[in-house]
Amino acid sequence: MAAEFVIEGLKATIEGKEILKGINLQMKGGEIHAIMGPNGTGKSTLASALMGHPKYEVTEGTAVLDGEDLLEMAVDERARAGLFLAMQYPSEISGVTNSDFLRSAINARREEGKEISLIKFIRQMEAKMKELEMNPEFLHRYLNEGFSGGEKKRNEILQMMMLDPKIVILDEIDSGLDIDALKIVAEGVNSMRSPERGFLVITHYQRLLNYIKPDFVHVMMQGRIVKSGGPELAERLEAEGYEWVKEELGIEDETVGQEV
Amino acid sequence: MTTQTILPVDAARITELSQTGGEPAWLKDSRLKALELAAALELPKLEKTRIDRWNINHYGSYKAATAVASLAEAPSSVAALIAGQEEGNLVIQRNSGAVYTHLSPELAAQGVIFTDLATAAKEHGDLVQKYLHKAVLPEEHAIAALHAALWNGGVFLYVPKNVVIETPLQAILLTDDAEATFVPHILIVADTNSSVTYVDNYVSDKTEAGLHNGAVEVFVGAGAAVRYATVHQFGEDTTDVTYRRAVVENDGTIEWIVGEMNYGDTASDTKSVLKGNGASSDAKVIAVGSGSQKLNYTTQAQHFGKSTPSDMITRAVMRESATSIINGITKIEKGATRADGQQTEKVLMLSPKARGDANPILLIDEDDVTAGHAASVGQVNPEQIYYLMSRGISRHDAEKLIIYGFLAPVVSQIPLEGLRNQLQTLVERKLGQ
Repeated sequence: MAAEFVIEGLKATIEGKEILKGINLQMKGGEIHAIMGPNGTGKSTLASALMGHPKYEVTEGTAVLDGEDLLEMAVDERARAGLFLAMQYPSEISGVTNSDFLRSAINARREEGKEISLIKFIRQMEAKMKELEMNPEFLHRYLNEGFSGGEKKRNEILQMMMLDPKIVILDEIDSGLDIDALKIVAEGVNSMRSPERGFLVITHYQRLLNYIKPDFVHVMMQGRIVKSGGPELAERLEAEGYEWVKEELGIEDETVGQEV
Repeated sequence: MTTQTILPVDAARITELSQTGGEPAWLKDSRLKALELAAALELPKLEKTRIDRWNINHYGSYKAATAVASLAEAPSSVAALIAGQEEGNLVIQRNSGAVYTHLSPELAAQGVIFTDLATAAKEHGDLVQKYLHKAVLPEEHAIAALHAALWNGGVFLYVPKNVVIETPLQAILLTDDAEATFVPHILIVADTNSSVTYVDNYVSDKTEAGLHNGAVEVFVGAGAAVRYATVHQFGEDTTDVTYRRAVVENDGTIEWIVGEMNYGDTASDTKSVLKGNGASSDAKVIAVGSGSQKLNYTTQAQHFGKSTPSDMITRAVMRESATSIINGITKIEKGATRADGQQTEKVLMLSPKARGDANPILLIDEDDVTAGHAASVGQVNPEQIYYLMSRGISRHDAEKLIIYGFLAPVVSQIPLEGLRNQLQTLVERKLGQ
């Protein structure tokens, strides 16, 4: 069944300051939505608030995935309900190997007594790592510890591939990637495209969207989605920047949180 | 502040015990001399720890132990530890004395001695006398002196020159009678170019408060290698004060693996004296504190020999309102050129009431050396919990992964699989998982 994800009136604050000022977005399985916008407009906050980062407080709104409001759930429940966030700054966790971590994550989705067998797991993980051109030694490395920026991003995509989510949010997955790494990451994402799965791609460069073709493009400013369109919107933003959008909408300062 | 040490026995009682035990005269004299010292000496000074407020006077009195003929008759509280040990080299002490000793005929034929120290003092008096109390000196403080006056049972292991023992030798030290003195002394002598692994477990099974005043002395001969692994899992009832020392000759190696899994107040001091050139020491300590435990763990390396490397790692997890003071002392003496002393102490606190304090100390009197230290005290990082949970892992499991990850760099380096698994189980138990 194609996933259905509806965000309505989402407002969120950090340390009492409102960053998201009412986000509305509807997406279905099979669709790729891009969220673009200059820095400081709330794009990453949207990703973090949806996932449930402890620093952000959701004050209003719903984010309903297949009939269930994610915002009522704990972070791990959101993940098990089918949400995946590829993070911009993944944590490094010493002493926990990549494979132990991912196996725990897979088994968290399975009933007790029906855990994935070690051999099957390793085989799957090795196959996906090969697709992402990751060195097999990353299986046994401590989670993200000492990984380069590009290695961390690939590791995020690896997790996405292993966990088979319904809705994927990619938070600036292109930042810090050279063009070759970007292509590999994009291929990984494209290989996961399916009629069931939806993607929300957050970026402020059009570049990523050359490799991951969006169906819908949304522009975020001042904590809201201020403009939506098709792929042609991204191309115009790439060619002309954001100034014309601001002029069109009468926005002087597109950011939120400048007074802090 | 001066506190008068309360002596649990008098000289007449020590003389009587020594005589009924059939001890050699030198040992009786050694005990009496130590008793005099105990009356005069102060308690050890522990960093930020008021050991005088601990329950350290409950020595009880000597009670003769009844030997068991076979492991099947051993106390049920140690059943899990002795499972499958029928053929193994094993010493079991229960309260004041040994109840079981076994050494394989093959090792005995090579000249290996492995028995309780009380028996060794009678049967191998010269050898025991040469080493006993030469690493942990009764003159150091009142607790060491009382230990030397009162020690009972214990373990003696002698490995002759060039003898290499592959299978670990084991000992279990059990206190299950709070009224019985429990002061085991472990003495290990590894002669030139020998090699041995020794593993012991300290266990209690009682409810009334008691004390373990323990000392471990390891003498590592030239080119010899000793691996000493110890797991302390006393219950809340037992206060544990343990001094461990190794003296290492030229090119000898001491490896300490210490699992501090007690439930009661604990002070331990594990020290390697690198006497000979090329001597080396590696110490790994993992600890979990829970309840309202007061804990003070010290590791030390003292370098006299040239080209002597030492490495010390302590990782401690503190939950509930456990308090831990963790000290690492690297001392490099003048003349110990090309010595290399490294140490790391890390504490992970799981609750706002848990306390941890890491004190790395480098004392260096020689220029031509390398030394380093790292210490950290922190709580579980909420970003890390969030990250793990964002992949569907429950909070409980996320915390567990992070805690084990914290201990993993030490646990994964433990070369004995059985011990590694045992520590894993004990950590899980102490973390209530």
